[in-house]
Amino acid sequence: MADESKALKVQKETALAEPTERTRECQCFIPRADIYETDENIVVVVDMPGVDKNSIDITLDKNILTINGYSDVDSPEGYSLVFAEYEVGDYERSFRLSDHIDGDKIEAAYKDGVLHLTLPKAEEAKARKISVKTG
Amino acid sequence: MYWRYRTPSIWQDMNRLQREMNRLLRDYYPRRWRNAPSFPAVNIWANEESALITAEVPGVNADDIDINVVGETLTLSGSCKAEELPENAVYHRRERGYGRFTRSLQLPYSVDVNKVEATFKNGVLSIYLPRVGEEKPKKIIVKSA
Repeated sequence: MADESKALKVQKETALAEPTERTRECQCFIPRADIYETDENIVVVVDMPGVDKNSIDITLDKNILTINGYSDVDSPEGYSLVFAEYEVGDYERSFRLSDHIDGDKIEAAYKDGVLHLTLPKAEEAKARKISVKTG
Repeated sequence: MYWRYRTPSIWQDMNRLQREMNRLLRDYYPRRWRNAPSFPAVNIWANEESALITAEVPGVNADDIDINVVGETLTLSGSCKAEELPENAVYHRRERGYGRFTRSLQLPYSVDVNKVEATFKNGVLSIYLPRVGEEKPKKIIVKSA
């Protein structure tokens, strides 16, 4: 499955449906994400173009991981928008994690609009793996 | 209603029906869905002297982006590398794309190639395209007689 290629294309960003209104006057999108699991970690890769490194909030509450990114929605000064294919907005997405995660050792890196979150599995979660024997 | 030529009434009805259908379809599809844009999606900002093109290209390295301006055509190309997975890694979810992209945009005027500037910040590419000097719009004053 990892070899399955995924072509680069513009996907329509889904606006987040919220029961309450936002205080910021801009759209909030669900960012696209890849998630993969290795023996030690769960890695979450999220596309958040236009967000500054300092305006990303990541919280882990029990097993709910929430990623928030706030974009700079100011338009360039002295220009008017004549053609638009994408909208600028904030990002928010939550994941329910199945394995126990060691919350103290989460690492986050942000580069070129992509957030990399490395969530190490907790020791007890690794130990709980039981191999099934045949026969 | 005044008709310059006598038109059989059925054609008037057909015309009206066609207009009505066009209006319905136009309202039904939001503007940005009408032509699915090719990658990357761009926004174009303009004023009288220059244009500013912004494109969202997350995960692309600044060195992997090529911008070419020939006359009135701007070509953006580059590549987005796939994540290098360690051994035994398994994807749970895969939504992001990768690969090569090329996109050409036709600009409404010639660009002063020597003054084009591009910046890349937080996955957003901005290209500043100033107009060639002599092609800048001239303001015409209407004299009152």
